Amino acid sequence: MKAVIAENISKQYDGKPAVEKVSFEVNEGEIFGLIGPDGAGKTSIFRILTTLLLPDGGSAQVHHWDVVKDWRAIRNAVGYMPGKFSLYQDLTVEENLHFFATVFNTTIQENYHLIEDIYVQLEPFKNRRAGKLSGGMKQKLALCCALIHKPKVLFLDEPTTGVDPVSRREFWEMLKKLKQQNISIVVSTPYMDEASMCDRIALIQSGSILSIDTPQDLVKNYGNQLFRVKANDRYRLLEVLKSVPSTKSYAFGEYAHVSVEKDHQMDASEIAQHLQQNGLTEVEVGEAEVTIEDCFINLLH
Amino acid sequence: MEEVVIQADKLTKKFGDFTATDAITFQVRKGEIFGFLGANGAGKTTAMRMLCGLSVPTSGEAKVAGFDIYKETESIKKNIGYMSQKFSLYEDLTVVENIRFFGGIYGLNNEQIKNKTEELIERLGLTSVRKELVVDLPLGWKQKLSFSIAIIHQPKIVFLDEPTGGVDPLTRRQFWELIYEAAHNGITVFVTTHYMDEAEYCDRLSIMVDGKIKALDTPKNLKMQFEAESMDEVFYKLARQATRAE
Repeated sequence: MKAVIAENISKQYDGKPAVEKVSFEVNEGEIFGLIGPDGAGKTSIFRILTTLLLPDGGSAQVHHWDVVKDWRAIRNAVGYMPGKFSLYQDLTVEENLHFFATVFNTTIQENYHLIEDIYVQLEPFKNRRAGKLSGGMKQKLALCCALIHKPKVLFLDEPTTGVDPVSRREFWEMLKKLKQQNISIVVSTPYMDEASMCDRIALIQSGSILSIDTPQDLVKNYGNQLFRVKANDRYRLLEVLKSVPSTKSYAFGEYAHVSVEKDHQMDASEIAQHLQQNGLTEVEVGEAEVTIEDCFINLLH
Repeated sequence: MEEVVIQADKLTKKFGDFTATDAITFQVRKGEIFGFLGANGAGKTTAMRMLCGLSVPTSGEAKVAGFDIYKETESIKKNIGYMSQKFSLYEDLTVVENIRFFGGIYGLNNEQIKNKTEELIERLGLTSVRKELVVDLPLGWKQKLSFSIAIIHQPKIVFLDEPTGGVDPLTRRQFWELIYEAAHNGITVFVTTHYMDEAEYCDRLSIMVDGKIKALDTPKNLKMQFEAESMDEVFYKLARQATRAE
């Protein structure tokens, strides 16, 4: 059984399309990532799948239930962590958790094994009001509350936005453990480096899916030649690279990446020569390892 | 000897028993892109607020653009620009109105404002939306406009507090091209970010842990020093030593 099936779902706001004929499937027990910037339509897709928003067109099923007809069943069977912190700020950590367990007709004890790893970190603060927690702690509590009824599918809308790299890494470790408990996870993020933690990803922009693949295959199918380039002056380097024909170039960490258009071939020495002719020194050109970010940029061009 | 535009010496801020910023010492040179990194709660915002003249230090010294952060905060404010993701533009004013408003605040005269407005709108490709409310602009356009407005008065230093969250990788890079250009033109850039690839774009970086600066060097030297492949690794090695919660 598929955890999610979305077929041509569309949504408009005041005549402006937010989601346009989006189709994808999530397999049971996998971590599926929706990767894209603000305004790409990620939140609308989450809200449609969790039955909080009606699609204008298309259909979708979560765990074989229809998102329009079977909304009650879906709400009982999924966990949803919205992008905006939505727990009760004036209830304590423990009260929030107890509240969500009760609403779903269960108890904290019954599914404690699911949240144990996360909750032990929160326990010292269990009598603190949720509104007084730090960003990282709020995020952990929200995850516990979304898990306490042992959902079949977990929807996480940008759980790591604005969180520092260390906390982000810890969060993804938690998700991997949940996956082992056979919970299917749909997660969105604007951070490209997190895409590699997913089993499969959909790259999304302006309401449409650009590509769906495993992170490995996405990178493998990049297709273009990709060079990494360095020189003495980064500002001038990027300026000069713009004039290399049949290429697209952009800053990439300590290097600039130069992507050669399809059906063209180029030699590293050609690029080096061009840069040196334009007065750059300490020029270094080599083949670059393709990342998901390169794939995304390529699809945007 | 290159001109020093930020000089901080044992700069400290305490809130009660809690030392948010703990005796930090560093220098930033003119035209440098200086990355100011640290986990959430490491003390970055507190330090930045002191440097912008918005918060009085508990102890220590600092000069920003040549002005003392205790006594000359008004001069500091005139000589710096500031942009953050949370506050930047007035969303219910149009593009042109925002430029005119901030130009006025920063003391430009009418003619300067007129010239700057045309220059900015053309350079950022905003001609078709010049009379639209900022709230209706895509996030990436807002960020570019916001940055350009933060340097409209040619400040000596611009402070950027996580300027690029939430946009696609291409838009994020276009934003960084504006940063390079500003630095190339002699504006010093002081930037915080959670994107470690952006850390690589900086000339030098400091990394704060528990209120202290634990590392300060070029990205290349930091990677050597910590025997790390990437800045992400460096950051992780340092930040996981943190003992205090956010």
